[in-house]
Amino acid sequence: MESIISVKGLGKTYAGGFTALKNVDLDIRRGEIFALLGPNGAGKTTLISIICGIVNPTGGSVTADGCDIIRDFRAARSKIGLVPQELATDAFESVLATVTFSRGLFGKSPDPAYIEKLLRQLSLWEKKDSKIMALSGGMKRRVMIAKALSHEPAILFLDEPSAGVDVELRQDMWEMVRGLRESGVTIILTTHYIEEAEEMADRVGVINHGEVVLVEEKNTLMQKMGEKELSLHLPEPLQQVPEALRDLPLTLNDDGSRLIYRFDIKSNDTGITELLRRLNEAEIEFRDLHTRESSLEEIFVGLVRGEREEKAEQLTKETLE
Amino acid sequence: MNWYGIRAIYKFEMARTGRTLMQSIASPVLSTSLYFIVFGAAIGSRMGDIDGISYGAFIIPGLLMLSLLSESISNASFGIFFPKFSGTIYEVLSAPVSAFEIVAGYVGAAATKSIILGLLILVTARFFVDYEIVHPFWMFGFLVLTALTFSMFGFVIGIWADDFQKLQVIPLMVVTPLTFLGGAFYSINMLPELWQKVILFNPVVYLISGFRWAFYGVSDVNVGISLGMTLLFLVLCMTGIWWIFRTGYRIKT
Ligand SMILES: Nc1ncnc2c1ncn2[C@@H]1O[C@H](COP(=O)(O)OP(=O)(O)OP(=O)(O)O)[C@@H](O)[C@H]1O
Ligand SMILES: [Mg+2]
Repeated sequence: MESIISVKGLGKTYAGGFTALKNVDLDIRRGEIFALLGPNGAGKTTLISIICGIVNPTGGSVTADGCDIIRDFRAARSKIGLVPQELATDAFESVLATVTFSRGLFGKSPDPAYIEKLLRQLSLWEKKDSKIMALSGGMKRRVMIAKALSHEPAILFLDEPSAGVDVELRQDMWEMVRGLRESGVTIILTTHYIEEAEEMADRVGVINHGEVVLVEEKNTLMQKMGEKELSLHLPEPLQQVPEALRDLPLTLNDDGSRLIYRFDIKSNDTGITELLRRLNEAEIEFRDLHTRESSLEEIFVGLVRGEREEKAEQLTKETLE
Repeated sequence: MNWYGIRAIYKFEMARTGRTLMQSIASPVLSTSLYFIVFGAAIGSRMGDIDGISYGAFIIPGLLMLSLLSESISNASFGIFFPKFSGTIYEVLSAPVSAFEIVAGYVGAAATKSIILGLLILVTARFFVDYEIVHPFWMFGFLVLTALTFSMFGFVIGIWADDFQKLQVIPLMVVTPLTFLGGAFYSINMLPELWQKVILFNPVVYLISGFRWAFYGVSDVNVGISLGMTLLFLVLCMTGIWWIFRTGYRIKT
């Protein structure tokens, strides 16, 4: 698929000498929702800030919709809307004035009808004449979203949009994000909530210590996630999976002391009854059994804990299988 | 050229003035009027003419310059310092506006305010002192040029300052003393010979002298030199701003 943002060899070393991004390559596809995950200080905001022109990169290049973000900054930036992580608003301005300001700043001719539609969508129209300082935190965040969308960008960055936002508003926000995607906007969001990434994203990227350690279709990850393992502890180790059970998705662990059965937790027929019946027929005894499921969170934490290469390798291998 | 962008910044800044009318317009007009009352009408009546001009009229260009310098600097420096301080600058940095357009918006608005203020002070002065302007065109030219130059200077200070104290220190500790000593209240010919030389290092002398020439046709230094110096400051400030944007100094990490 065609990529709308292309990050190549991007590096950032801050003035203090701290390297926040190391040789990052990343492609965002047109029209997708991309979730960028990573622990605090991983470099998510730095990456976004570079793409949006707020931080200067120390190496590498980025294009947005084919336009280099430095050489052709006008074209690149006019396509991008940003909702930053920090709430920074002009306290004394009215909602309508600040959103109108943003549209002008991004070089668009005034369009009161569009601004009205936008504010209504974000349930801000009743508050249009209120000073921003008189709004609640969640409302302020919506104002920032309205500002980011005021110039009808093709690409929207949401840096931790759900921080400090209640459940109901979060649902509304995701509804809107989906709506935007429907209308062709590409959305890149960062979040600490893995469920959020699961619910929203088409693809997920994990960044840690300034490196992108994983980029994956969410569905592929979900498949992994929806997979559960049933392991049967055998009294006597086996050399191989018994002949009679070869047609089942069974594997032996390294020392042959456990039989491992993988199944899809979401399917109606997990095949466990069948498995147990067959085990009985084959006269295979077991001492104990337990099940475990791998979650995206687990994968994520594993990656982040520095087992990342190993895990990523394993993951891609398993994905290919 | 992103005209809508320039207009957005300009309008935003002008709206800020609208909200702070007392502070940004009324208070400088009032304090300058006090000078006219005290020095022009009260003390001035006991002072002899300088270069054939009544003392009250003589101090008008200097006082006007004092307000012009300090207001241009404080308006422009605050205008850019505040978004930096509150974090809203992210939006300007992420917008498709060039350095020139950002400066045009912020400095343009700050200079506009100063010019309006200058004209208001001129009108107010007329209530207390009798004066005529010999070269109105040049007077307005100097007014605009000074407002622009020192709004740019203020912009540089606003970028440089990383706390409120630094924002105040240059206008209070440098510009105000230089203006008072720069011939706002006296002609430098009234000074001892040595000081007449030393004072030529004070750049504000040239600004005031040129301005006074535009008002009354008399000056301490040649008006050509005054104009040249004013333009020199303009170029210096523009260079400073150009350097700031080229290096991202204190606005981009
Ligand atoms: N202006 C700066 N100067 C020096 N170091 C910085 C600066 N901004 C960020 N950093 C460092 O760069 C690293 C990455 O920061 P960044 O804000 O990109 O992380 P993040 O992934 O967005 O984290 P979080 O989830 O907490 O928002 C951090 O270690 C941070 O301390
Ligand atoms: Mg962040």
